[in-house]
Amino acid sequence: MRTIEVTEITHNIKEMCIEANHFLSEDMEKALKWAAEDEKASLGRQILGQLQDNLKIAGEDMIPICQDTGMTVVFLEVGQEVHFEGGNLTDSVNEGVRQGYVEGYLRKSVVKDPLIRENTKDNTPAVIHYDIVPGDQVKITVAPKGFGSENMSRVFMLKPADGIEGVKQAILTAVKDAGPNACPPMVVGVGIGGTFEKCALMAKRALTRPLEERSAIPYVKDLEEEMLERINKTGIGPGGLGGTTTALAVNIDTYPTHIAGLPVAVNICCHVNRHAVRIL
Amino acid sequence: MDQHVRVPMSKEDATKLQAGDYVYLTGVIYTARDAAHKRMYEALERGENLPLEMGNNIIYYMGPSPAREGRPIGSAGPTTASRMDKYAPALLDLGLTGMIGKGKRSDGVKDAIVRNRAVYFAAVGGAGALLSRSIKASEVIAYDDLGTEAIRKLEVEDFPVIVVIDSEGHNLYETAIEKYCMEDL
Repeated sequence: MRTIEVTEITHNIKEMCIEANHFLSEDMEKALKWAAEDEKASLGRQILGQLQDNLKIAGEDMIPICQDTGMTVVFLEVGQEVHFEGGNLTDSVNEGVRQGYVEGYLRKSVVKDPLIRENTKDNTPAVIHYDIVPGDQVKITVAPKGFGSENMSRVFMLKPADGIEGVKQAILTAVKDAGPNACPPMVVGVGIGGTFEKCALMAKRALTRPLEERSAIPYVKDLEEEMLERINKTGIGPGGLGGTTTALAVNIDTYPTHIAGLPVAVNICCHVNRHAVRIL
Repeated sequence: MDQHVRVPMSKEDATKLQAGDYVYLTGVIYTARDAAHKRMYEALERGENLPLEMGNNIIYYMGPSPAREGRPIGSAGPTTASRMDKYAPALLDLGLTGMIGKGKRSDGVKDAIVRNRAVYFAAVGGAGALLSRSIKASEVIAYDDLGTEAIRKLEVEDFPVIVVIDSEGHNLYETAIEKYCMEDL
């Protein structure tokens, strides 16, 4: 049994909220740099160049990469041999978000009630997904999610007869409908299988997978590669203003499902695909 | 074509801009997004005055992150314009000559743009740190209680935008995509 003080969780979450909103992960930075070199449209290249400048300014001047610093999604993979002390774990995560957003000059974008819509003024609560895993470590992933792209995400409850062609059409439909609204070049997270909520969660988690890492399942890897190629042929381009870079990656996760179903979720993320990861 | 435009912007100046033009705005613009639009729209329904004149003005759909000490504003990129589609035609009919945002607009907004000889500009989404450098001053002028969604008066210098829908209704999102589309959707 390993004991972890919940204040350590708070402290790390605070730092990770600030880090994720000012610095992209190395794989995202690389992908954007390559895209700027490969883009065929001149306006597209100009926009991708501006995104490079934007990242540089964000890091140097400590201005968030995007003003929408997101609703804070937190994945906590907790080793089953870990014991938390000093308070409520969920409260400690939210306290980290509160401190990060207030002290880090991040925008407070969360309303307390979806219809009454009063701002909570500290960006809490986070959306927290817990997993109990073997071992005595805690893996924290902080992924602030902007809503320009979140709003363009979709769940499709396909029929088994729709098959892989149905899945392809679902992904293309979501991307095409998103178009310029989702701040392309996008990263496309897809969950196939499971249940209604399972596929949505897989799609969200797929966004945190490194861009150059392909699925270990051969047909899924092929699907990821084919969809990226086809999405980049839609012409949507950087900023939706035309070009050959519409997506940087398509990350697909799958899960067993019911004999009657083929759920597909497409979670679209803008080019500010943020996530910070730490292992305690 | 690159153009430099002083803002506020007359309808005459708006009609000189064409979809695809890269425009640098210098002068004064105002921010308003979801909550401020709802409030303005409800004020109009009650027959009340708006907190700012629409005539010749430009609204930037933007809610900034907080400014650090000594800076006028934090990160300041555009938000998705379509959420303001319900409210925009009424403001255009009152003389608004430009909107800055990102993403598609409804046919109702496009018709109101053409009817009023106005322009819809896009700023680059997700480039809030870069865009903040073109904002020289920021002051909340109404709805302070809305926080980031308050109405702000911004002084901008060479603020970079692209004409997406021009006063004749040409739409860059439609034409630019066609050129590079190789996938039958």
